[in-house]
Amino acid sequence: MVGQRASRWWTTGGLLILVWALFPLLWMVSLSFKDPNTFRSQTPTFFPSKWVWTNYQTVFSDALFTSALRNSIGISLIATLLSVVIAMFAAYAIARMDYPGKKFLLSMALAIAMFPQAALVGPLFNMWRSLGIYDTWIGLIIPDLTFALPLSIWTMSAFFRQIPWEMEQAAQVDGATAWQAFRRVIVPLAAPGVFTTAILTFFFCWNEFLLAISLTSTNRARTVPAALSFFTGASQFQSPITAIMAASVVVTIPVVLLVLAFQRRIMAGLTAGAVKG
Amino acid sequence: MTLTETRVDQPAPQPAEVTDRARHERRLGLTLSAPAFIVMVFVTAYPLVYAVVLSLYNYRLTDPAGKSFVGFGNYATVLTDPVWWSDFATTLVITVVSVAVELVLGFGFAFVMYRVLAGRSLVRTGILIPYGIITVASAFIWRYAFQLDSGFVNQWLGLGDFNWFGQRWSSLFVIILSEIWKTTPFISLLLLAGLVQIPEELQEAARVDGATAAQRLRRVTLPNMKAAIMVALLFRTLDAWRIFDNPFVMTAGANKTETLSFLAYRQNVTLVNLGAGSAISVLLFLTVVVIAFIFVKGFRTDLSQVRGDR
Repeated sequence: MVGQRASRWWTTGGLLILVWALFPLLWMVSLSFKDPNTFRSQTPTFFPSKWVWTNYQTVFSDALFTSALRNSIGISLIATLLSVVIAMFAAYAIARMDYPGKKFLLSMALAIAMFPQAALVGPLFNMWRSLGIYDTWIGLIIPDLTFALPLSIWTMSAFFRQIPWEMEQAAQVDGATAWQAFRRVIVPLAAPGVFTTAILTFFFCWNEFLLAISLTSTNRARTVPAALSFFTGASQFQSPITAIMAASVVVTIPVVLLVLAFQRRIMAGLTAGAVKG
Repeated sequence: MTLTETRVDQPAPQPAEVTDRARHERRLGLTLSAPAFIVMVFVTAYPLVYAVVLSLYNYRLTDPAGKSFVGFGNYATVLTDPVWWSDFATTLVITVVSVAVELVLGFGFAFVMYRVLAGRSLVRTGILIPYGIITVASAFIWRYAFQLDSGFVNQWLGLGDFNWFGQRWSSLFVIILSEIWKTTPFISLLLLAGLVQIPEELQEAARVDGATAAQRLRRVTLPNMKAAIMVALLFRTLDAWRIFDNPFVMTAGANKTETLSFLAYRQNVTLVNLGAGSAISVLLFLTVVVIAFIFVKGFRTDLSQVRGDR
């Protein structure tokens, strides 16, 4: 009896968490379907009086948003890929080797994770202009991947430390070549950790805002978070609010899909890097 | 751990071989770490040094010819300007309030996620969504919920035409709310990871000895989670201290809601006042160093766990 009552309390708690997490999303979706010309009122309601697709048509016909979407996808994917590859080398060395500077590298990664990025926008702005990479993809990819590196390195080295590396030698003793041992034994063991790290790194790059508004000035490289903050509406007479919500819904979809598909991995990855692996 | 195990498996090598292998391992380790090291130095260490140099000059991009050496003049200007201190106070309030609320809320969430049976994975999936959503979107969602002509909050709470963004404290309330919504999942997951590590036998033993739930929490759970709590606190404190997106989107710094990161951005990028802007950058960096130092030395936060070099 007592156990049952307790479990009912925990279920209620779980429901409250879900409401807390998802209620703002419901508001975002609801607002994105309101009529941009009539939704403003003295007494606004939660749900639209009439559901319309207009806002989604607006964002997908606006060059600011479509180019921002392209930039965001391209920049986030490339920065994630590079960060994961660079971190993979470092994490492999950290997990398997003993060398001077290993502690220094880990401390440096930690320091950079805590670094106030706003302290760098001035110098980077100036450096990027003189290097000619201001307002370009590469100009955002470089700082994005740098600030994502600590996250990638820790998460992956935590995963790599759990791999039973002896199995590689065991396979070689059993007659596999070095390459076969690596390919058939180590890669399948390491792949989940690398993949999880890639998801977390992608979230990080997808979210990045400060550098995106500081190091860009046009549609060439402006990402979605930056474009959202500059969006002024389909016309100067129309409020941008509902269109901004529609654009927010669009950029939240990949996040929701990744979370739905890889919930367990993301949980494991988030905690592996921060508390004992 | 793995290292020692692998070594045990190998036959005891000759001394000459050891140094050879060790040297090879060293070189390979350094080579593999080099790309990460170089990228990090190029994008953070070098610009930081550059900022220190620039901060000693009076230098505006709009007037490059007027560049002149002023020593610590910029620092004196910044530190005697009420804007710096107002932004400092704003940042401090946001950090203290949001981290305190998140710690309590995060604990609640962690306990629920630990104990809940029905729909456990649903709860864990749900909580990851605020974590993954972009901060700018979160800021807009909450801003429009509270805004007079679009939001439902005043209708639901019967507040009439109270303008949340009309003054400092109510604006900060909404900013902090968005910050809490977006980042509590992170802190609660770290706490959950700490909670899971406490051996069930400890709780059981305390229960057998007649400890009440409150006593078990205070004497068993919390002491065993100290490391996880401190790490979560350190990360969230520094994260909140650097807050930028929420005030930028919600108030654009109006009504004294500008934060230190926002100030650095405004001076450097908007006003291209690189001399004073760099001084602000360096000061902001120093505040972060001080906070990290307080946590590591003052509260003895064990970073080897985070760093992974146990």
